[in-house]
Amino acid sequence: MPGVPLQHVLLVGLVLFALGLYTVLTRRNAIGILMGIELLLNAANVNYVAFARYSGAPTDGQIFAIFVVMLAAAEAAVGLAIVLGIYRNFESIDVDATHALRH
Amino acid sequence: MSLSVALFYAFAAFTVISAAGVAFSRNIVYSAFALLGTLFGVAALYVFLGADFVAGAQFLIYIGGVLVLILFAVMLTHRIADGAVSNRAAGGPAALVAVGLVAAVLGRALFKARWPVVDVLADGPTTHAIGDGFLGRYVLPFELASFVLLAVLVGAIVVSRKELRS
Repeated sequence: MPGVPLQHVLLVGLVLFALGLYTVLTRRNAIGILMGIELLLNAANVNYVAFARYSGAPTDGQIFAIFVVMLAAAEAAVGLAIVLGIYRNFESIDVDATHALRH
Repeated sequence: MSLSVALFYAFAAFTVISAAGVAFSRNIVYSAFALLGTLFGVAALYVFLGADFVAGAQFLIYIGGVLVLILFAVMLTHRIADGAVSNRAAGGPAALVAVGLVAAVLGRALFKARWPVVDVLADGPTTHAIGDGFLGRYVLPFELASFVLLAVLVGAIVVSRKELRS
């Protein structure tokens, strides 16, 4: 992107990462934590694509970004299935409520 | 400042503000819709960074798939009526300090480091090179990814099936 220094793109990634980390650390709702993880993965992806764009060889970084998107989808599917299972067992998706492995 | 640069910063600000909405909203439904804004903004940033295919994948997989799944789970599992308590947060100040420290270290590294930047490429379609990469240099991770997706499909069905619970 001519006119935008690499640092500014990385700064967007950094802010996304910080906000995602804050979400993961503070949320009690399991779905909220999953949203935080999505933010973290997107931050990593922004950095991948930015480095790819500014390194002069864009393909490799973009391929890794696509792998990350794919794994994020897989993570969301399994994570939400687990959340549904937790809800069925504990009537709640607060992570505080799930301190025991069996009911 | 040219129009595209201004648009880039506008989309970056939009992304960051929506992400703040995800992090600080008191209502889980608002968080989910703020996540929609973040994912859209990130897809726009990909376009500006010349990654057209990644932007398309972001739209299809994240916004069309993951976000719908998250909204579905939100609606299924929570009493939306008491939205005020649906997204409680704990340990805010301590987390803010920890995140601030991490961000300070990363930001320092970001601005101190000398990044070797090559910015000469004209943006063009990337699909050809990405397809070559997937079926050439990265064919093993690509095949592994399809196995992972199959395992995830089976696993998600097994975990969420009712009969196995009893």
